[in-house]
Order: sequence, then C-alpha cells, then structure tokens
Amino acid sequence: MTVTSTEKLFVKGNEAVAMAAIEAGCRCYFGYPITPQSDIPEYLSRELPKSGGEFLQAESEIGAINMLLGASATGVRAMTSSSGPGISLKQEGISYMAGSELPGVIIDIMRSGPGLGGIDASQADYWQATRGGGHGGYRIIVLAPASVQEMYDLTMLAFDLSDIYRMPAMVLSDSVVGQMKESIVANPRAKLALPEKNWVVRGRAEGEEQKIVKSLHLGDGEMEAFHWQMDARYHELADKECRWEEVETADAELIVTAFGSTSRIAKTAIVMAREAGMKVGLIRPISLFPFPKKAYAQLSERCKLFLDIELSTGQMIDDVRLSVARDAEVAFYGRPPGAGSLPTPEELFEQIRKNYRATA
Amino acid sequence: MKQVFSRPESLKDVSTHFCPGCNHGSVHRLVAEALDEFGIRSRTIGVASVGCSVFLYGYFDIDVIESPHGRAPAVATGAKRARPDRIVFTYQGDGDLAAIGTSEIIHAANRGENITVIFVNNTTYGMTGGQMAPTTLPGQKTSTSPYGRDTNKDGAPFKMAELLSNLDGVAFSARVALNNPKNVLNAKKLIKTAFRYQVENRGFSFIEALSSCPTNWGMQSLEANQRVTDEMIPYFPLGIYKNTADL
Repeated sequence: MTVTSTEKLFVKGNEAVAMAAIEAGCRCYFGYPITPQSDIPEYLSRELPKSGGEFLQAESEIGAINMLLGASATGVRAMTSSSGPGISLKQEGISYMAGSELPGVIIDIMRSGPGLGGIDASQADYWQATRGGGHGGYRIIVLAPASVQEMYDLTMLAFDLSDIYRMPAMVLSDSVVGQMKESIVANPRAKLALPEKNWVVRGRAEGEEQKIVKSLHLGDGEMEAFHWQMDARYHELADKECRWEEVETADAELIVTAFGSTSRIAKTAIVMAREAGMKVGLIRPISLFPFPKKAYAQLSERCKLFLDIELSTGQMIDDVRLSVARDAEVAFYGRPPGAGSLPTPEELFEQIRKNYRATA
Repeated sequence: MKQVFSRPESLKDVSTHFCPGCNHGSVHRLVAEALDEFGIRSRTIGVASVGCSVFLYGYFDIDVIESPHGRAPAVATGAKRARPDRIVFTYQGDGDLAAIGTSEIIHAANRGENITVIFVNNTTYGMTGGQMAPTTLPGQKTSTSPYGRDTNKDGAPFKMAELLSNLDGVAFSARVALNNPKNVLNAKKLIKTAFRYQVENRGFSFIEALSSCPTNWGMQSLEANQRVTDEMIPYFPLGIYKNTADL
C-alpha cells in the first residue's frame, strides 16, 4: 500500500503509527509483542522490508530498546513500540539513549497498571513518560495524539524533533486511540530543516575523527556540564516546541483540560455544556514534554477555573497546577484505569455542571 | 634498519588503566592486529560494555558505541542491522556477558548475527572490586563469596564457549588464553579467524579469552598467570568448539 496520497484511508491508530514511521524514513524497527500495540510490529513486519527497512522481533523489551540504541548510533532513523510493562523494561535503554544524546522514537500505547494491570486504556503512565522514567535525571520529548490522524502526524513529528534535539521522542497514546479506526489523510509532512548528524558512529574513515557514542562522564565537571547542556536543551524545547489545542476558550468561565483519548470525550461533554448555556472551553496539551505552560498561564489570566480530567488518580494535574496563575483553581475528575472506567460524555458533563460557576 | 614490530594502527598511542598482569591489554592488541591485518579499521564499529572494558574507545582508534551492562550484543545487533556493511564487534567481561547479559548474548548468537563477540573471562567482576562472577570457580573466594563459591548454592561456572557452540546460529566458537607465548600466538590466530567469519559474512563468531586479574585475585602478576594455567584452563579447556566453515 502506498501511503503518500491525499486519499482518505480508514485505518487503526496503531497502523497509522506504523505507516507514518515508514513515511518518515524509519529504517529499523525493533519490538516485542504486547497488547494493545501488537498491530504496530505486525504491520511493520509485513511492510517495512518492502521499503528496504529492517524489522526484527527482539528477544525482550530490553533487547529491543538496546537494538534501537545501536541502530540510532549509526545515524539511521529507528523505532520501537510497547505498552506499560514493556516500557518499564525499556527505561534502562531510554536513560542510556538520553545520556548518549541519541535520537530514536518510542511508541507507548498505554494500558492499565501497575504490574500486569489490564489492557484497557490508561493515562497513568503520564509521570513515567514526562519525568524521564529511568535513572539519572533527564527528559524526553512526549507527544500525545487524540485521533488516528494525529497518531500519523505526531509519529512523523516525533522523528523530526528527536533528530533535531538529539533525544528520544515518545508518542504517548492508549489502547482507545491505538485500537480505534478513523479515516485519515496520509500526507507526507513538510520536512523540517534537520541538522547534519555529524556525531554518527559508522566506522572511522581515514582523515575522520573518532566518533564515540557514550554516556559515561568521569572527568571533573564533565557530568555537571552535561546536565546543564541538557537543561538548556529542555528550555529550548519549551520555547519552541509546545503544542496544544484550544476549543472555545475565548469566553470560557470553566476550561476543561485533558489529553489524548479523554480529550475526545471531553469535547463531546463541552458541546453538551454549551447547549445547556454554560461557557465551557477546552485546552488539550499535544506536547506533554515540553508542557505548554505559557498557554495555561495566559488562559488563567482571565479564566480562573479549570477542570482537569484524566484516566488516573491525577498526574498531569501537577503540570496544570504549576502552569496556571496562582489565583486560578484546578478541579479534578479522575477515573483510575481499568475495565469499565472510561467515562461517558454524560459523566463528564455532570462533572462540568457540578464545578461550573458563572462570574455574575 | 627494518622495523619489524610496532603498535597496531587500530590502537592509540596511550597508556591503559589496566592493572599490571591483567590480560585486557593483550586482548586489545590482538583484536587491533586483526583489524589492521584485514584492513577493516575504517569500517569497524566497536561496542564497549560495562566494567574494565568500558574504556575501549580510549584505546582503540575506531568508532565506538558504549552499551548498557550486558546489552552489547543487542546494541551490536542494532548497529549491524542498520549498517550491514560494517564490521561490528562487542568486547565484554564475564559479569556483563554471562550474568546480566545472558539473554542478549544467547539470542544474538541464536539469530546468527554476523558480529564478533570478544568475551574476557577473568572469573570475577573486576571494575566493581572482585565480586563473585558467573564464571567464578568452585571454591573461589571473592568479596561476595568469602567462604568460597558453593556450587550447591551458587551453581557451577558457565562455560560460555561450549554453551554457545550448541546453538545453530553460531558459526565459530573458541576459547583461548594468554598465559604463555604459545597461547598468545594461538589466541591471535583464533581472534583473526573470528573476524574472518564476519568479514566473509559467515555468521556469529565468539572468542572466550581467559584472563588473569591479579588485583582482585589478591596475587602478584606471575602468581596470577600461574593460576590461569593451574586452575582456569583445567576447568575451562582451551580449543575450538565450533568452526562451521573450517577456517
């Protein structure tokens, strides 16, 4: 199937990720089966070799992330994908990639946890994703799609941002968006200007300098300097790469905030609220790291009431509270992940109604 | 006057951090000679592991990727799959390869990855201070087996060269030692053979090199060298365990 077309395609979220990876020039995919993301390796095992790429089913999640490390170090675009338990296992490799300033795309189709948990949609890995789930103190780029179209678009973007900022990029989705089918247009993305990969390990040819990809820094002050260098990069990301969507925020007295699948349900609830005469809007962060703090800060200069909705007992709310003006209130409605916990639009409407108060 | 001996081009002109009597330096040199003699330095990627071997990039004048503990065969797999025209080798110690990295080495070997693995077995964790390794000999005292390795409790030492030779994916597997000139010459020959397998795209090649670790064994260099002869080689017999192409 050719994916570069303006025709509409009716595909699963996970398939859209796999299609986008090929379109983005991903040369290597390494993965391990886990529900609810196995459509990604299944699609790529079939399609990636056709475009000259390399598909390899790894012996473990740890194997897969380290294969990604090795392939990325040689300069090719590469990807892995998993879900909760597998992403936990990958944290070692993600930490090493962050420490080695290596790009690489990691798809996380969240399922419930902790432990084996379940295969239902979850947003309880927000902290794990946005705080840098491994050791040492680092961040990675985290993008959160809310539709199958965004699964496609943000996977493409993840490859670009990962290359530009030389750090792993994660697409953080869940089993709802991963498993649902929607129509998309598989447009090729406008290519961002990418820096030359002058750090790549591919054999030290005559006259070339030795290239080393490493995360060990033993010299006096080396490790500290590295941390400040990365900190500067995180600030640069915050300045340039925040992405979010606003719906009817201009006159809103209450602004709902939610990401990914939950934001889709919230949008329906907001339509219901508007029909009932309540001035309600939505802010949906698309980039979770960098978190669009400025957007919240600006909105909260006027609107003083936010309602954060998550499929967890509250994780993103930390970032929302850190972002809004001091006198803004952030209410919360959470549904811990698991079978049957996905809220209906009516339930979210009820939460809006309960929290809503018009300023005279 | 004709110069007949010099530093291999693939090694840098620097001093190593290795302790007196340690065989890492010798193994480094033999690997470097193999790279030189095949003329493959400019297309070789080394994968360093965790432990005393991590400083590979400080001594080899080649491009190097540093790997997490035990994961070098997975990292090498990624590099080789991405760049099949490159020569990729890992250099790992016994804790790295035969304990925390058993999954990665077994599966890379079983897939028949066209890479070369140099495994340095000194029966202890060198860098962390001489703890019990998967290859620590029965009865051997270490900082975490102060009463000696008890095989009822800790199992018996892994014989990796033999173990890997049983996998269909492995093309070449051999164990060498560096305790005397004859064994060094043989090690050189077999390390070269291992790289030849990769140069000729013949599949996974594995070298286990027995090494002394005088510091962590609490021995003088000569004493440690004698231990390789008296205790290690009888338990870990030298030889070629698999040579599918009869190279």
